[in-house]
Amino acid sequence: MKSAVIVFPGSNCDRDAHDALARVTGQAPAMVWHKDGTIPPGTDLVMVPGGFSYGDYLRCGAMAANSPVVEQLVAHAQRGGYVLGICNGFQILCETGLLPGALMRNASLHFVCRPQTLTIESTNTAFTSAYAGTPTVSFPIAHHEGNYFASDETLDEIESEGRIAFRYASGENPNGAARDIAGILSENGRVLGMMPHPERAVGGHEGGNDGLGVFESLMSAA
Amino acid sequence: MPDKSTILAHLTATQDEPQGLEHGIKADEWERLVTRLERKPNLVELGIYSVMWSEHCSYKSSRRHLSKFPTKNARVIQGPGENAGVIDIGDGQAAIFKMESHNHPSYIEPYQGAATGVGGILRDVFTMGARPIALVNALRFGDPSHPKTRSLVAGVVAGIGGYGNCVGVPTVAGETQFDAGYNGNILVNAMAVGIADQDKIFYARGATAGNPIFYVGSKTGRDGIHGATMASAEFSEGDEEKRPTVQVGDPFTEKLLIEACLELMATDAIQAIQDMGAAGLTSSSVEMAASGGVNGEGIGVVMDLDKVPQREEGMTAYEIMLSESQERMLMVLFPDKIDMAKAIFDKYDLSAEVIGETTDTGHLVLTQFGQVVCDIPVAPLAEDAPNYDRPWVEPPRRAALDISKYLAPEDPGAILEKLMSCPDMASKRWIWEQYDRHVMADTIDSSQSMGNAAIVRIHGTNKALAICSDCNPHYVAADPYEGGKQVVAEAYRNLSSVGATPIAITDNLNFGNPEKPATMGYIVKAIEGMAEACRVLDFPVVSGNVSLYNETDGVAIPPTPVVGGVGLIEDLDHVATLRGAQPGDILVLVGSTEGHMGASLYAREQLGLTGEALGAPPPVDLAAEIRHSAFVRSLIQSGVVSAVHDLSDGGLACAAAELALGSGHGLTLDVGMERLGRTGGNLIPFLFGEDQGRYLLAVKAGQENRFHEMADERADVPVLMIGSVETDGANGQITFSTNVRAGEAIRVSLAQLRSAHEGWLPGYMNKVD
Repeated sequence: MKSAVIVFPGSNCDRDAHDALARVTGQAPAMVWHKDGTIPPGTDLVMVPGGFSYGDYLRCGAMAANSPVVEQLVAHAQRGGYVLGICNGFQILCETGLLPGALMRNASLHFVCRPQTLTIESTNTAFTSAYAGTPTVSFPIAHHEGNYFASDETLDEIESEGRIAFRYASGENPNGAARDIAGILSENGRVLGMMPHPERAVGGHEGGNDGLGVFESLMSAA
Repeated sequence: MPDKSTILAHLTATQDEPQGLEHGIKADEWERLVTRLERKPNLVELGIYSVMWSEHCSYKSSRRHLSKFPTKNARVIQGPGENAGVIDIGDGQAAIFKMESHNHPSYIEPYQGAATGVGGILRDVFTMGARPIALVNALRFGDPSHPKTRSLVAGVVAGIGGYGNCVGVPTVAGETQFDAGYNGNILVNAMAVGIADQDKIFYARGATAGNPIFYVGSKTGRDGIHGATMASAEFSEGDEEKRPTVQVGDPFTEKLLIEACLELMATDAIQAIQDMGAAGLTSSSVEMAASGGVNGEGIGVVMDLDKVPQREEGMTAYEIMLSESQERMLMVLFPDKIDMAKAIFDKYDLSAEVIGETTDTGHLVLTQFGQVVCDIPVAPLAEDAPNYDRPWVEPPRRAALDISKYLAPEDPGAILEKLMSCPDMASKRWIWEQYDRHVMADTIDSSQSMGNAAIVRIHGTNKALAICSDCNPHYVAADPYEGGKQVVAEAYRNLSSVGATPIAITDNLNFGNPEKPATMGYIVKAIEGMAEACRVLDFPVVSGNVSLYNETDGVAIPPTPVVGGVGLIEDLDHVATLRGAQPGDILVLVGSTEGHMGASLYAREQLGLTGEALGAPPPVDLAAEIRHSAFVRSLIQSGVVSAVHDLSDGGLACAAAELALGSGHGLTLDVGMERLGRTGGNLIPFLFGEDQGRYLLAVKAGQENRFHEMADERADVPVLMIGSVETDGANGQITFSTNVRAGEAIRVSLAQLRSAHEGWLPGYMNKVD
């Protein structure tokens, strides 16, 4: 699987994304600088990493969504390429319109970093097939704006279309997200945005190794 | 705005002693200044002298005592005197670290004060070529019932998180304590640790004449100018200069600055580099000039202040030189590298300008609007700064606490719950959940694992650094020499507990007014105690910071010399954490238990004693510390133990409680009469005494024989088989068996203990008065 990681000014999980991809796919991803970088032809997966692109100034993800590289990202998605946006990456995907809804400030108003139990809502997706038979996983979360919001009609739509990939375990919603949503898919199922960090749960550290499944699923899909 | 000639006349006007006094230059210092300069200074020059001779920059009260610290061992590459300390961690790599305070700004404006403290300490580390890999903070707040405490906690924590989270460096460990002694002066001490290749370490020293001086980072504004109000007084027509002198942090710019600097450092463009911290452009340029030259003989600097990138219009040379705007660096480049350097900073949209040149004159020469506004020799600024031998008196010795006066039949289980939920011991989850502990994906063990030290992997290897911060101000207040020893010994023990070899420390000495002989006595004796421990433990000081004048209405803070320790883990397959304890493991107490209760958590929280009545702190036997920690490390290396916890505040009972909560398993400890040994048969001192040099171990089931073999080889390390880890899971409890045969025991429910331990801080922070 050929992958690429977009690097915005203020991205800070780009190296984590790089290492997780290199480890699982056996091939280092292309690191694409937002200003003048190019997503290499033939890229299967583009990751939009976490961090504080443009310092989260104005609104999380809003400035990054207008960065030069985003045109290529949108084209990649429109071609049916896979896109994985994590944390700030999820916020950016919502700002670009590749995913519906928005991420608001956590209901607690505090940044929250903790191990988070998630339920796998569907294993019939390119990002979660490896979790067949695994109802729950634990990924680290670390965000200030993870409170997913969309209109009721939109929520009904993504729910009925099976586009909710991950939910926070019942009673453990860390940020007030509507319907406990932790990660959602695009209509074609090839764009996933999620607040939790699977790339920080690839083994050998405090995050555990439950996140490997996301990358293994993509390996078999792409 | 006044015209240029008015500004220049103002800047170059000769100053006299009263103006010196307004700048904090005392009468004797004024005389020294005029003698060395051989004339009176103008306003710009006076401003520069005042900051360079300030306590903060010159360490004039502490310098002669700081020299007592050992600063070298086989692994030290760079000790105190540069931006941060550097140690050899093998494989051609180095760990670079330092701790620094931001106490006063954090009290005035907690969010920005704490945030800029984090930003400043990160710059100290990446200035030297290191990629920062971990942040740690040591916080001290006033009494929880003090009206300002809650908002200070909220603001400081948000500020630390707001900066560290954005810049993308994990905040992996820390300590937070509360005491009425900090009501008017909170302490915010931040530590940063980075990793560099040994052949890519950059220093402030070594710049030679004829090279360009390169300014990078944020533009310069009027923030943080000391005495700006006074200096602007004659510009009374416009009062805009009198804005609050609070520095504002921009972690986004810092993140870009880190990436840009590291990118430039991968080339061979930089001859010397210094971040602009306290006293901004002044101290960075003076320090590079003073330590310049092939043999450190010093060089000169000429800078055209009109070329300094400025955020505001009409800034004077005085303001530009004294601004403490954040996220700025000063470099001396090799002349043919300017274009390449500019291209890198342009990529990150950062300001980058050549603002001057190094010279061989030994003078600091500044121009504004084409006119010289400062021309002073560099050496007197740096080397001739005052170096006081402040008078001091020996701190009074406290009598030992006679605990027998206070022993009454009490329920040790209830006491344990009370101690584990008191402000100092209660879980700080509310705080560390607001810090990103996992970015960079190398965090092996952080605050969430409740261990003695954080473990952070060295990227791409199976090695790691262990990092901790420690200080028990109650011990230091009770006996600064013995307490000072203990601070260092505890850091040594904490690093050993996770399986690391302790290498070196950074220190942050927080005290009151050094001009008071009583306070100065604590400074001197604490330093001497720490130095003794550093020497015996081969655990030198490689960097540090001194914060004095932490005093309100004439009352000083408790003496608080904080230590940040760094140790090396050669192989991550051999570490110990609290999480590792497994049902069936055997609990072993290492070290001897005398039941020392003086200055203990029990004496403070349970008996309500304060000050003199708390008695003397536990003595520290440094030779025993070495033996015990070597034994514990060898057990970890051999894979004999699954978990290790050092005993500190609250003694055996609190250590057991933390091990139980951290592992999620119940414990049984046999504390029958025949086990109490030297405590005189009293259970309370056995459970809550704070004798030093002790560890609680979980020996793996099946490894008992190996353990006994190893223990027999170290007959000089006392060990006591004291209990086991239970299999009772969610219904777990800690059982202190007082009489095994009679089935008598004190039982503490783990769920209840956890709820008390976890409940205090969120309950406090969410309370509405």
